[in-house]
Amino acid sequence: MNSFSNKKASIALTITIVVCFACSVLLLRKIDVARGPGLIRESLYISSPSALKRMSLGYTGLLADIYWTRAVQYFGSHHQRSAEEYNLLFPLLDITTTLDPKLTVAYRFGATFLTEPPPQGAGQPEKAVELVKRGIERNPYDWRLYYDLGFLQAWDLHDYLAASKTFEKGSQLPNSNPALKVLAAAYASRGGDLETSRLLWRSTYETAANEAIRQNALQHLQSMKADDDVSALEKVVEQYRVKTGSLPASFSDLISAGLLRAVPTDPTGRPYKLTADGKIQLQDPDAMPFITKGAPPHWKPKITIPKD
Amino acid sequence: MRIAYIAANTFREAVRDRVLYNLIIFALLMIGSSLLLGQITIGVERELLVNLGLTAISIFGVLIAIFIGIGLVSKEIDKRTVYTVLTRPVQRWQFILGKYFGLVSTLAVNTLFMAAGLFAALLFVMRRFQHADVYVLVAIFFILLQFIMVTSFTMLFSSFSTPIESAVMAFCFFVIGNFSEDLRALAAASTGAVKIFASAAAYLVPNFSALNISSSVAHGEAVAGRIILLNTGYAILYSAAMVAAAALIFQRRDMK
Repeated sequence: MNSFSNKKASIALTITIVVCFACSVLLLRKIDVARGPGLIRESLYISSPSALKRMSLGYTGLLADIYWTRAVQYFGSHHQRSAEEYNLLFPLLDITTTLDPKLTVAYRFGATFLTEPPPQGAGQPEKAVELVKRGIERNPYDWRLYYDLGFLQAWDLHDYLAASKTFEKGSQLPNSNPALKVLAAAYASRGGDLETSRLLWRSTYETAANEAIRQNALQHLQSMKADDDVSALEKVVEQYRVKTGSLPASFSDLISAGLLRAVPTDPTGRPYKLTADGKIQLQDPDAMPFITKGAPPHWKPKITIPKD
Repeated sequence: MRIAYIAANTFREAVRDRVLYNLIIFALLMIGSSLLLGQITIGVERELLVNLGLTAISIFGVLIAIFIGIGLVSKEIDKRTVYTVLTRPVQRWQFILGKYFGLVSTLAVNTLFMAAGLFAALLFVMRRFQHADVYVLVAIFFILLQFIMVTSFTMLFSSFSTPIESAVMAFCFFVIGNFSEDLRALAAASTGAVKIFASAAAYLVPNFSALNISSSVAHGEAVAGRIILLNTGYAILYSAAMVAAAALIFQRRDMK
């Protein structure tokens, strides 16, 4: 009788376990729906990075890895559902990099996650710049962080001069990538600081070991010189027009008028062209693809990117 | 009736073990902090008090649930008092259920007193109650639901292992339960065997994330009635499954 009652109790208990557990799973799913996607995981258990560092009892490396994984998961899940807000992304990256200041990957990828506009990313380029600057403070000899910061400043903040300075600083580090010198010069030029740009291109031309980079620097220097020449020659043409009341038919007219000594040539040795409407053009603009002046109408530069 | 008798005895035993002494520590903590916080902080007196109070209630309760829960059955076996009970017309599952309800009622009384202490401190600091304080009550109720669940799985562990092992396992389960949503996020983001394993683990461990509303109620955020209902249902069902599993193991245990 007792054994029968025990068996009955065991069966009843087993059924209770299965039914209750299955129902609890169903209810949990309903709780998720009731709370909405925004509420789930949208919280940091401890939001202060320094407090968390103290509480980690020395296991900061492991905890940083966990937080970095959490940041990646957070970004991935938000990116997957094309979220418009990534509110916890920067705090998660902040905690990660405070716990492990040498975790360069968190600065580099984190900055990419932060800077892309929603829904691809958080759309917070200022935060991305802040994160990478912090990375540079803590890892001052890692040229890759200067490389990332330079691009953030140029592409997202449109501060070309700041970008140029960052690339230049990065290029001076030991074992730096030679491309940083090229970038520093290019962005100095784009930012309007032509003198610095010229100096940097000259330095690149003189010091780069890679022939393609040297050629690229030379093309930049020649293009800048051509730009200067075109501006100067068009001023001479204007002087002629003021003096004679008509445009010169050829450079000979300018030489006869004493405004030029000889037919001017571009930095590659080819003579410039004088058009009927008094404009100066290059014979072969493809030889100097970085020119901003003197190109024939509808000409498009064919730029080859140097490889290291 | 038999279950109620065992439960009442368990409650009396807990009181005799001076478990409720923690209430004095809690009361001192609440009064002391409410006096101190007013002096050293600006603008977050209520938030800090609510957070501190709810955290203290939760920590005290979880510790009581684990450390008394691990000894509920094993102590009876060690002292051989279990034989006195089981020789009477009491089923083993009734014994387990009675013990469970006894500890849960101890925790409920404990929580009730601590809640009173927290509200007294709130009244002292804020000079009056606010509408948002209702949600603090909800948060306390959710903490009580956590205790119900913690007690249930602690009893399950203690039904097949030593008290120390049970305490370690219960504490780990409690910690993992607080990360259950991360487990589910991992399951959602992965594929194959990892997905199956992570999903199973996520539903097997208790989900405490939905019950952790301390910081939101500290900011006066409302809690939907549907959430209260669903969480209550979930906690009861999960605990029932755990207690039933504990009873099943105890049912098959060789007591000779």
